[in-house]
Amino acid sequence: MPGSLSKDAITIILVTAILIWVMPLMIGTYTLTVLIVYGMLGLSLGLIWGFGGILCFGQAAFFGLGAYTYAVAAINIGESTVPMILAVIVPAAFAALLGAMMFYGRLNDVYLGVITLVVTLILFKFINSTAGPQYLIGNARLGGFNGIPGFQTLNVPGRPDDYIWGDSYFYVCAVLLGLVFFLVSALLRSSFGRIAVGIRENETRMSLLGYDVRARKTVLFAAGAAIAGLAGALFANWAEIVTPSLFSLGQSAEIIIWCIVGGLGTRLGPVLGAAGLAYLKFLLGQQSLVDNTLITGLILVLFVLFLPKGVVPALAGLWKVSFGRRPLGRIHQQRRMRNRGRVNG
Amino acid sequence: MVETVLETHGLTMRFGGVVASDNVDFKLRARELRCLIGPNGAGKSTFFKCVTGLQTPTEGEVYMRGVETTHWMPHQIASLGVGIKTQTPNVMDSLSVFENIWLAARRFHDPKDANRKTQEIIERLALGSIARDDLGRLAHGERQRVELGLVAVGDPWLVLLDEPAAGMSAEDVERMTEIIHELNKTAAIIIVEHDMQFIRSIAQVVTVFHQGKVLMEDHVDRVMSDPTVRNVYLGKKV
Repeated sequence: MPGSLSKDAITIILVTAILIWVMPLMIGTYTLTVLIVYGMLGLSLGLIWGFGGILCFGQAAFFGLGAYTYAVAAINIGESTVPMILAVIVPAAFAALLGAMMFYGRLNDVYLGVITLVVTLILFKFINSTAGPQYLIGNARLGGFNGIPGFQTLNVPGRPDDYIWGDSYFYVCAVLLGLVFFLVSALLRSSFGRIAVGIRENETRMSLLGYDVRARKTVLFAAGAAIAGLAGALFANWAEIVTPSLFSLGQSAEIIIWCIVGGLGTRLGPVLGAAGLAYLKFLLGQQSLVDNTLITGLILVLFVLFLPKGVVPALAGLWKVSFGRRPLGRIHQQRRMRNRGRVNG
Repeated sequence: MVETVLETHGLTMRFGGVVASDNVDFKLRARELRCLIGPNGAGKSTFFKCVTGLQTPTEGEVYMRGVETTHWMPHQIASLGVGIKTQTPNVMDSLSVFENIWLAARRFHDPKDANRKTQEIIERLALGSIARDDLGRLAHGERQRVELGLVAVGDPWLVLLDEPAAGMSAEDVERMTEIIHELNKTAAIIIVEHDMQFIRSIAQVVTVFHQGKVLMEDHVDRVMSDPTVRNVYLGKKV
């Protein structure tokens, strides 16, 4: 990546601040909040798929797990700080376990997709079947297909009666997304991130260079799940109810579509793809002429056919062609050297 | 006495009924340059893969500097300080030349030293003009040279090269030979090769494989003039 981390930080702070100021003028903060949450969820898959080459069909599983962890913990604890932390840790630990199983078992490509898909299905089916009163974690009933309503929502740390909701909750989510985006940038600039990209490009070569590919993929997978878990907890706070549909295959598929449309291998792409498509879905949900999954499907097909790299890389390419400084490429350098030779000779 | 850096005892690899590598005893001393030759299917590449951990031998042991590495993973073997180049080009295509070599350097150095080492190697291999280009856009010979750079930047004491000269122009091969000689000052090298021209120019001691076994091991001149070896290469009965 060009530039430096401090430059990244400044850009992220500025863009976040501007968006927090401008966006509510156009879209209600209630809707914006969920778009931010989806953006974070998109970023979680964008990180492990776009930069680690791990195609996970079960990102929704970590999202749902984060949401359920938060709900269950919030009911039991009665405040939100510890549940928020747990909602990050539990999915990450689950992913580390699942990832270790898959990567140390040398599963790759399509098998990885199948396993993560099946895990999501199992969680979905399991949570759906927990309607009975015997499914209890502490004081929290899992509630089966009815989900868990009525848990403590986000409060100011240390003051359980001081709820954060409405506009302030929107600000919290926006700042958290900015923070996560910064952490992802820092991770990708670190040696760990660069090595992860190397592994995406060529696993055999990286292991022949002496890197333990299995361990590194497991860690990255867990990091992605941690972000998805945080997004899940934020979603739970927004919706004030968690239901098994969080684990659904539709949700998983949507995350993948966000990443493809927004642009894989970029940080911004999945966030924009998620927010954009989710907003489109929201708008389409207000009319009854066409089914909105049909439109989502159509968009995916069109993108795969005509813009396979996604929106952000396409725009970046366009920007470079029209305004960007051309880097001193090979041809330029050769020409320069030839000229120099001529002067010397 | 010169230290033995690589040793195999009774190395055997079976794929179902096929014995690709048959009871191979092999010994390599420090800073030795050894070529492995043999016709197609002679078991050179299987031997190579067993030594590098890309495949686990059915029987037998591998020792590196006295440490048994038979069931090790490739990354463990590479971490010992063994540089490996596989038969097909194995590089990170969508990353720049600099990033490729940096990733290799980072394994053994902290980020700052890795930057310095990478610059050094880029200068040594005359890759300066293409350092920022993506590897996927380079010519075959350049990619091979970069891959050698990946191997060299780790300061290995043992280098294993599978067909380094395959598909390269005469000029590229010449450059490659130079680099290999340079590496050989500090490292023992095994080259698996097909190209007799290249073998003649570089080899000292040659090990000839035939049907999974070691057929003979001698100086290159004697190997080349040996009637059995000639027959093996021409496909005649031994």
